[in-house]
Amino acid sequence: MFRRSGGQCVATFAHDEVRVLRKVAAEVVGLLTDGMDHTDPVVGRLFPDIYPDRPDDSSEFRLYTEGDLKTAKIDQAGAILAALPDEGEGEVRLDGEAAEAWLRAINDARLAMGTRLDIQADTDLAEELDDAVLEDPGSSRVFQLSVYAYLGYLQESLLNALPEIK
Amino acid sequence: MTIVWDDPVNLMSYVTWVFQKLFGYNKDKAEKLMMDVHTKGKAVVSSGARERMEMDANQLHGYGLWATVDRA
Repeated sequence: MFRRSGGQCVATFAHDEVRVLRKVAAEVVGLLTDGMDHTDPVVGRLFPDIYPDRPDDSSEFRLYTEGDLKTAKIDQAGAILAALPDEGEGEVRLDGEAAEAWLRAINDARLAMGTRLDIQADTDLAEELDDAVLEDPGSSRVFQLSVYAYLGYLQESLLNALPEIK
Repeated sequence: MTIVWDDPVNLMSYVTWVFQKLFGYNKDKAEKLMMDVHTKGKAVVSSGARERMEMDANQLHGYGLWATVDRA
């Protein structure tokens, strides 16, 4: 989890955390680079229609903006990969700009996972996780729910470690 | 108008931070807006000319907020 140290946001990640974060960031990059499928609800959530009732206007706007938005999202996921050790445990120190990229990238990853996991406003994450563990402790759903919860804590810790906005 | 819609994933603290960062709102105003989104399902976060609203919505999408533009 992140804490503030000097002017930076600092966290020490264990080996497993580094592996999970690299995987999550790489998955976001993969989702954005393999010819995006707009019928995929995850893509729909990351790139919402700007005019929900006017598909033509939304498509036209998309035509001019989607490339840049996609590049920005790939770059911010790349900021996670760039700051992490290649493998093993290690410390990450982020200045203001890098911390912002991490916040946005963690958020994209949470949006993607939350959509796949069908997280709703009334979802009790602990309860979901208990149910999934009872069903099959080794399932991919247990892993995904755990990572989703972890990313929420990590994002919150990073927000708390940021210097106050003036 | 630019409208931000409630969604079940974004953290309340993150949404507040985005409003401060993007619109330069102070913490009280950003928190009030965030609570409007959370409790009423949506909130108008900025208003003005169409191009400006489209730019705001696009930037909000960069932060992962669910934003749309309403011409009303």
